[in-house]
Amino acid sequence: MTAIMTSTDVHLAYGAKEALHGFDLSFKQHEISALIGPSGCGKSTYLRCLNRMNDLLPDVTITGTFKLGAQDIYAAKVDVVTLRQRVGMVFQQPNPFPFSVYENVAFGLNVVGHYAKADLDQRVETSLKQAAVWDEVKDHLTENARTFSGGQQQRICLARVLAAQPEVILLDEPTSALDPISSAKIEQTLLTLKANYSIIIVTHNLQQAARISDQTAFFLNGQLVENTPTQQIFIKPQQKTTSDYLNGKFG
Amino acid sequence: MRAVFDRKLNQLRQSFEAMGLAVNQQIQAATQAFIDHDKAAAQLLIDADQATNTAEVNLEQQALELIVLQQPVANDFRTIISILKASSDLERIGDHAVNIARETINVKGNTRLPEVEAKIAVMAGKVRTMLIQMLKADLSLDATAARNCAQQDRLIDQLYQAIRQEIVLANQATPAASLASTSYLLVIRLLERIGDHVVNLAEWIVYSVSGEIVDLT
Repeated sequence: MTAIMTSTDVHLAYGAKEALHGFDLSFKQHEISALIGPSGCGKSTYLRCLNRMNDLLPDVTITGTFKLGAQDIYAAKVDVVTLRQRVGMVFQQPNPFPFSVYENVAFGLNVVGHYAKADLDQRVETSLKQAAVWDEVKDHLTENARTFSGGQQQRICLARVLAAQPEVILLDEPTSALDPISSAKIEQTLLTLKANYSIIIVTHNLQQAARISDQTAFFLNGQLVENTPTQQIFIKPQQKTTSDYLNGKFG
Repeated sequence: MRAVFDRKLNQLRQSFEAMGLAVNQQIQAATQAFIDHDKAAAQLLIDADQATNTAEVNLEQQALELIVLQQPVANDFRTIISILKASSDLERIGDHAVNIARETINVKGNTRLPEVEAKIAVMAGKVRTMLIQMLKADLSLDATAARNCAQQDRLIDQLYQAIRQEIVLANQATPAASLASTSYLLVIRLLERIGDHVVNLAEWIVYSVSGEIVDLT
């Protein structure tokens, strides 16, 4: 399978303090890749490099190469809005806009271009269906998205990302604020979505990484310790440090 | 959390070792009773087998609880799975020892073949040596020692074939010993099967250490 995103010699520093210390990592198309590691290990920082979310932070220095397909995403000519449409992101806390469900999802579409009303309706419905929340919101499309449960809000946010027709979806601990049933719905949705999208998920839930991901990358202290097929890392990791972390000996 | 897990895993290991030693003792007692024609000792052994079965059930319960409640992965997971699988082999070895004891009772009072019984004693000694070495390899998590020890099963198989031949010939010379001969054939078959279970133990030691599932037979 071909790589959808590749990064090489990744370094990132906040001021003088380096947070990512130089590693290579790539992600395969139509796979779910999990990034795991203790708090502060750099996994979320790394994830945000993949759609240039760190650009917004003051005094941050990023070096190395990040590519989406063959394109260098940090090249001067790259339009960041277009990049974030191609590499969408779902955050830990559901963050729907204080608009209706419909407007939240249509917002994602309007990033891509302008659509006729009928097209817009169709695409909103498709996106909500892909995010496995359509049945729960279809009769309440005009209601404020923030009135729904956390799990529903998170899937509405996922629908908003999907509406923009991304190639890659980044998720930063998308279920850590959700109950097990809502989490299971998100997990099932991601497993369905990987047929058409490439998914990179930061998670503290090791069982979640084990359940849904194809590849698992373990980060520690700003370094990539190993990136191994998931079924292998949970049975026979390459590094003892990984085994110790997975079994809760630190972190 | 981790301290609790370590303590429970340690308990599981200790239960497994205790079960290994108990089973080793069972083979020793069973073959000794068979050679000594000691019906009373054989009956004691048959009655005591329930303890091995209970030990295995307890061990399985401990292992399954650890898996469900602590959700171990990587090396801890492999350790628990290996113990779980190996304990089934120990339990089967215990069953074979009991069957040897049953043959002691069956054959008691019939014409016997002392020269064959001497050979069976030698074979039983080799099987026990192999089991003891394997339990030591398990204690030290030594996959190389386990693989080497498993090689001894070839010798056990050769002994099985040779003694089997000898029993057939001896039975032709002494037809009155036909009932004993049937028992001898069964006992050496059981000893040979115990050797195979000891090889299975080696396979689980290798899995525990390296994560590789191997066939050492």
